Amino acid sequence: MSHKSENISKVKNTGEAKTKKANNGLTAWEIVKISRHSGRPVFQDYLKLIFENFIPLHGDRYFADDPAIVGGFAELEGNKIMLVGHYKGKNTEENIERNFGMAKPEGYRKALRLMRLAERFNIPIVTIIDTPGAFPGMEAEERGQAESIAKNITEMAKIEVPIISVVIGEGGSGGALGIGVGDKILMLSRAIYSVISPEGCASILWRDASYAPDAAKALNLTADALLKLDVIDEIIEEPAEGAHTGVHKTAENVKNSIIKNLNLLGNLDVEELLKNRSSKYSNMGKYNDINKG
Amino acid sequence: MAWFKKVDTEKKTPRKTLWVKCKKCQSHIFAKEWAENLNVCPNCNFHGNISSADRIKLLFDKNSFSELYSNIEPVDSLKFVDLKGPYKDKFEANKKKSGISEAVITGHGKINGIHVSAALMDFRYLGGSLGSATGEKILRAANYAYENNIPYIVFSESGGARMQEGVLSLMQMAKTCNGIARLNKKNIPYISVLANPTTGGVTASYAMMGDINIAEPFSVIGFAGRRVIEQTIGEKLPDDFQTAEYLLKHGFVDSIVNRKDLKDYISNVLSFYNR
Repeated sequence: MSHKSENISKVKNTGEAKTKKANNGLTAWEIVKISRHSGRPVFQDYLKLIFENFIPLHGDRYFADDPAIVGGFAELEGNKIMLVGHYKGKNTEENIERNFGMAKPEGYRKALRLMRLAERFNIPIVTIIDTPGAFPGMEAEERGQAESIAKNITEMAKIEVPIISVVIGEGGSGGALGIGVGDKILMLSRAIYSVISPEGCASILWRDASYAPDAAKALNLTADALLKLDVIDEIIEEPAEGAHTGVHKTAENVKNSIIKNLNLLGNLDVEELLKNRSSKYSNMGKYNDINKG
Repeated sequence: MAWFKKVDTEKKTPRKTLWVKCKKCQSHIFAKEWAENLNVCPNCNFHGNISSADRIKLLFDKNSFSELYSNIEPVDSLKFVDLKGPYKDKFEANKKKSGISEAVITGHGKINGIHVSAALMDFRYLGGSLGSATGEKILRAANYAYENNIPYIVFSESGGARMQEGVLSLMQMAKTCNGIARLNKKNIPYISVLANPTTGGVTASYAMMGDINIAEPFSVIGFAGRRVIEQTIGEKLPDDFQTAEYLLKHGFVDSIVNRKDLKDYISNVLSFYNR
């Protein structure tokens, strides 16, 4: 068990205390803040630390090359893979260039092009998820933001090579899922994955964005909560205070987890792989069957 | 303490609404005329929400529709509580109010003699939001089409994913599209009809994936909310932004079809399905 950081605020009530225990001493809101920490390692850090022989490939072949999504051939300890991920900047200037990792339709279409290419080359796909969400802008709507995400989600169900998705920071709603329909979903212990940002949720359901900490708790967006809900497959450990306090160790853990899962999926034939993926997503969610009482 | 108390007469004597105000042209339409015109404004052709039951009557040959999967209901798996209380109370109140137990009705029936599987979303139930049970029903209806080799038709009217189910609702996008992917592989036609409004996670999943996408006139269809986009870009958006007409212009729907013509349009398209 890791030590609790000193600057972490005190437990307010018993309900929160329970959540804290599950999340290794942190509230959901504290984890949200860690996942967005300015020093948190992003895709480009992992690219330097664990991937080799990266051959970046550009463009969706229809409209443009979206700098918010980066992809190409890469090697991970000798395993040849197709790597695709949201690309956040490390400072304001880079973030403006990369649109804060918020992809436009051309980004999702590039991602799909590269995933199809991986299928032809018969190499597995690793997607790196770290986005506040798909870009909510006029030109994105005009060019079919919804269609591009929908298409990726549908096509990823058919792709005949293994797909591993790793949530390294912010898993922002449809923008994350657009490259996130993996056979295995791995998630760093201080990353988040949510249907809506806590601020967005609070401003709708609490009519006040300042209730974001309550919304964060209610949304069950932490890795611990999502593992219990059978949404993710594995939690990758990072230092309790966040990956930025131990970048190399975290990168090592990410590498080992991806390799382990590549080996697991590599043992399956295509038919099994697709059948498992289909049943994984068919079983997502919780409902009440009144016939079964 | 207030000195005067406003007496709420309306609450004491609930009256049947005589007039309907059109959301688009703001004109007041006699409720009976509104209903007879299939909840379409006779003045400006705005297509208002229509219940799943009325849609079934409108689309399917008489007595041909059989409901399936009505046993699937929502569950408050996150014990989600917001300012207005628990999610569980919300969906139970919605069930009482609307008479349906999820935001979608699923089943199969005949459209001008053509046997199809269908899912009809209903905006009255939690804004037609996509939750786990909604996704389950939409997937099962897709699988029914798959197993019986019959076309699949989904009518969407939805504000998007259901926040009260957290990521579980987000995953319904992958779940439903998984069903659509299977239909694609088996070359089974899938028609998506987008009504007002179809936004967020529903647009970004099965609603946009039709082999044929059809929209009702003036429907709002989009991914991000208009206000969010205006805040992002810091300017006002054109009036027709995210309308069916805008989507037609930009190539995302095949056709805009009036509600009264939908049945014949769909059966005509399906008559080209040669298998």
